[in-house]
Amino acid sequence: MDYHQPTTLAEALQLAAEKPCLMLSGGTDVFPAHAAKQISAPVLDLSRVEGFRRIEETADEWLIAAGATWTDVVEAKLPPAFNALQQAARDVGSIQIQNRASIIGNLCNASPAADGAPPLMVLDAEITLATRFTTRRLALDQFILGNRRTARGSDEIAVSLHMPKSSVNGRSVFLKLGARKYLVISIAMVAARVVVDAGGRISDCAVAVGSCAPVAKRLRRLEQSLIGAQAAAPVTITNAMLDGLSPIDDVRATAAYRLSAVKELVARALAGAMA
Amino acid sequence: MKLSVNGKARDLTCPPVTRLADALRDELKLTGTKIGCNAGDCGACTVLIDGKSACACLVPVAQVEGAAITTVEGLDGNGLQTAFLRHGAAQCGICTPGMLMAATELLAHTPTPSRVQVEDALGGVLCRCTGYAKIVDAVMDIAIADVPSPASGDAVGARIERLDGGLKVSGEELFGADEVPEHSLHLHVIRSPHHRARFTIADTEAFLRNNNGLSAVFTAKDVPGLNRFGVIPAFVDQPVFAVTEAIFKGEAVAAVVGTAEAIKTFDSATFPVHWEVLQAAQSPGAALHADSHFIQPGRPKNTLVEGHVERGEIVNGFAQSAHTVTQRFTTPFIEHAYIEPEAGYAQRVGNRMEIYGCTQAPHMDREAIADILGLARTDVRVMPSACGGGFGSKLDLSFQPFIAVAAWHLNRPVAIAYTRAESMASTTKRHPSDITIKVACDLEGKITATDFEGVFNTGAYASWGPTVANRVPVHASGPYFTPHYRAHSKAVLTNCAPAGAFRGFGVPQSMIALECTLDLLAERVGMDALEFRLLNALRNGEPTATGQVFQKGVGIAECLEALRPAWERAKQPQARPLHIKRGVGIATCWYGCGNTSLPNPSTIRIGITPNGDVVLHQGAIDIGQGSNTVITQIAADALGIPVHHLKLVGPDTDLTPDAGKTSASRQTFVSGNAAKKSGEALRALILRETNVADDAILTIADGTITIATRSIALHDRPINQHGYVFMSEETYDPPTKPLDAMGQGEPYAVYGYGAQLVELNVDTKLGTVKLIRITAAHDVGKAINPMLVEGQIEGGIAQGIGMALMEDFIPGRTENLHDYLIPTFGDMPEIKSIIIEVEDGHGPHGAKGLGEHVLIPTAPAILNAIRNACGALVRHLPATPDKVLAAIQEVERL
Repeated sequence: MDYHQPTTLAEALQLAAEKPCLMLSGGTDVFPAHAAKQISAPVLDLSRVEGFRRIEETADEWLIAAGATWTDVVEAKLPPAFNALQQAARDVGSIQIQNRASIIGNLCNASPAADGAPPLMVLDAEITLATRFTTRRLALDQFILGNRRTARGSDEIAVSLHMPKSSVNGRSVFLKLGARKYLVISIAMVAARVVVDAGGRISDCAVAVGSCAPVAKRLRRLEQSLIGAQAAAPVTITNAMLDGLSPIDDVRATAAYRLSAVKELVARALAGAMA
Repeated sequence: MKLSVNGKARDLTCPPVTRLADALRDELKLTGTKIGCNAGDCGACTVLIDGKSACACLVPVAQVEGAAITTVEGLDGNGLQTAFLRHGAAQCGICTPGMLMAATELLAHTPTPSRVQVEDALGGVLCRCTGYAKIVDAVMDIAIADVPSPASGDAVGARIERLDGGLKVSGEELFGADEVPEHSLHLHVIRSPHHRARFTIADTEAFLRNNNGLSAVFTAKDVPGLNRFGVIPAFVDQPVFAVTEAIFKGEAVAAVVGTAEAIKTFDSATFPVHWEVLQAAQSPGAALHADSHFIQPGRPKNTLVEGHVERGEIVNGFAQSAHTVTQRFTTPFIEHAYIEPEAGYAQRVGNRMEIYGCTQAPHMDREAIADILGLARTDVRVMPSACGGGFGSKLDLSFQPFIAVAAWHLNRPVAIAYTRAESMASTTKRHPSDITIKVACDLEGKITATDFEGVFNTGAYASWGPTVANRVPVHASGPYFTPHYRAHSKAVLTNCAPAGAFRGFGVPQSMIALECTLDLLAERVGMDALEFRLLNALRNGEPTATGQVFQKGVGIAECLEALRPAWERAKQPQARPLHIKRGVGIATCWYGCGNTSLPNPSTIRIGITPNGDVVLHQGAIDIGQGSNTVITQIAADALGIPVHHLKLVGPDTDLTPDAGKTSASRQTFVSGNAAKKSGEALRALILRETNVADDAILTIADGTITIATRSIALHDRPINQHGYVFMSEETYDPPTKPLDAMGQGEPYAVYGYGAQLVELNVDTKLGTVKLIRITAAHDVGKAINPMLVEGQIEGGIAQGIGMALMEDFIPGRTENLHDYLIPTFGDMPEIKSIIIEVEDGHGPHGAKGLGEHVLIPTAPAILNAIRNACGALVRHLPATPDKVLAAIQEVERL
């Protein structure tokens, strides 16, 4: 069987162009999808690509490269706008998972319950997809298209995430609601980032909700309603502010419960981000 | 591919995509790394890669080229392993290697961790036995001192570490999947993907020709003897392979045998079976409907069995009552979720069959396999491996028949290890229940009457359904004096996985209904929930619901009294945010130990070799609960030698007499009594020969027995057929009496009792429940080993928490450990165990059973505490956040 472990991006892109491969980074989603069976498809293992573990600040953005793990994010020194992402990193699966799983892999797996999506969305993250000849950058809501569906072509490799400095402001909070403490898939989760100006007013704000639609969603209407408001004022979340969410009944909770819980989680996340 | 494993350079030849867990186990023979799920859901396979923990089942070996791997075999008998032993942190031991590795990573950077740090670091490893408390203790206190070995006669009551614990913490313990003979073939079971379907199997010859490495296919026609098995003689109804119709999702229809490699890569979709999907009935409601098909031909109306207990004048009882409360509760299927999936191998030795693997009932397995193969029982040998958790499900056959049939025909060893999904889909579950209960009391709060109607979904085959149906009406009164009583149970066949034995045989479900209803009744009377229970607690001399009267040993009042200080403290108001409500709840249990009105013997043999070795044939399977230790403690004191001088021979059916099955909380009581009798008998033999005083000090060593001033040289004595110069073999069978048509009689010689108090917080905006503390008082008669008693209490509570708050097995939907949730480290409250010792009239040293009792009060106490916190009673389990919030919103609407 084919198992490729390129050490440079150019080599990886060349391999991706030659044939459709199963992309594998930390392996924490790929192996469970194969249960106890041996994987038979060609594998493109990206874990040894040089530079893929980087988390770095440039002049106008922060960058997280494709192989950076949740543990890398927890251990990185990051501004408070990343608090939500760092909290999500601590809440993913278990330390065993956090040590191996890549954040980009979490997005490429495109689970509606991907812990990485809401905290990255509130940072206006974009993802870079590359082929041998092209590079394109997509906002996350253009990249994740549905349950287990992304815009990545079979010859494309997701190489990095980019958080513009203009959005790396304020503080963020991540709240994950599940039926147990560890090793849990969320019933609902919320990331909120708030920038409060010198006058105590909200000058910028971003709220994203996961596990309540096929793809995590920003609550733009809510965000707009909050800009200019006094940070200390209590926030009431109305149903209209949750448009775009379409939760389902499943083994974890009912749809009605999810909507009800999201209102509470959003209010708490905002309060936390402004505290 | 080069890497370092436990400091040694190794070179792997397996394909680069191979899971590290498989490479370690199959190629390097390091079987200390366990596979529980192959999905990162359980953490049993945790190893360190360059010092960082990882699930070895999720790592392709290509990624560890050049890396340094540490497995449990690489721990050097360090303080952590010793601490696990001394704290009692390992029960069955299957999760222990994963726990040790996760803790090793933590202690490397945080030598004195806080409780929260331990929980965070170990939170990715599941344990189903311990309730995690002793694991946390061990990691936080690795410097714990040794307990000195008790002297002759002092073993009973001593807090000694498990006698079989060394192998569990070293990773050397061999579980079902850890031993595979050279040149074994492997077996894959073809199972129905439908809840009900007719099927035809096409040309298997062509199929075999097209699949390299596959050597044989077996179906129903290849079963040499009886294509049926079961655990109760009158209800032997489950085929090894379905013949024409599969009646639950996961039922076996065929088996494919081949090389390890061929089975690993085999795609079951290529097997030539055609399915015709049929209408399925998955609930008792559907199966009892007049239009329903028969689940099994020959069982019209789909009713497997009914149970009934009645006493007093039920109608008058209610008529004369001041307060009556009627409630209905439902509970779902619950999965045992032991971390060890079923595994083992079979080999034919001449015309005998040997079966190695995990089980709770070796002698029952032997009988059933003999029938399936058409052999005499003596021609089947069951060699139990260590058992990585059982909780009732490993009482039934699962993997054994397939490999036995295959090995018989092929005359080659044949091995199997169930996948997690296969284990969850095909093995037995706790019965879903639908219970309507009516309880009444007089003006003073004395219970006058209880009427109980329970319908249990028993799945497609009988398994232990009849036992559940019989036990439930005997126990549904709870440990309360109830003058007028009627309880009826019905086990209904459906197109679901068979429901069987699970820690409590239907009693936990029943006590949820009773104990939650009692809180409502106490409120009607205006009584405190604890006082109400104390007022009604069964006392010595009062008849049970079956009319049995115990003159001693009824310990429920003592358990309730023991909770009083915690109860008074917990009721004090606490400051907290408005949306967080504190609640406190209480519930009790009682549970009869051993079979219900049926013979239930255990036999224990002790022999002395010419060298002076004292050998205990300990046939009571230790599934983690500690029978290897407890039975030995009892035997040692009865014989009068130090406990550590006894050598154990395990439950191999060729070597050790039948000590019955590990179920019904019977081993300490029944096998313990047999061990006591056997130890005493052996001592009597020695005393008779030496004619010394009864209490003389006995020493057996170096080929000589020394007692008082006398000595016996052992080498010169004749040995018996078992190789012993002195031997005793004694049997104990508990005295019971049959139940009559009204369920009156003496079903058990011994009951155990308990009461638990739960303190928790409810987030009334999210419906989430945070457990704060559980105080558990259990009457064990005599704690043979207090550390193991605590371990049982903590572990039972963990399963009770799961049942209350998160566990919900849905056939075809939650067949993995990320959709089916069991408690993790972070879901456990502080647990305070209070051991009560009200001496029993029959148990060894007055001891009573405990294993099942401990989980019974937890769920109802939690539900009562939730209601106490926020007024909402959740009647349909599990009380997940959505159900709790819906119940709160319902209360707010009223």
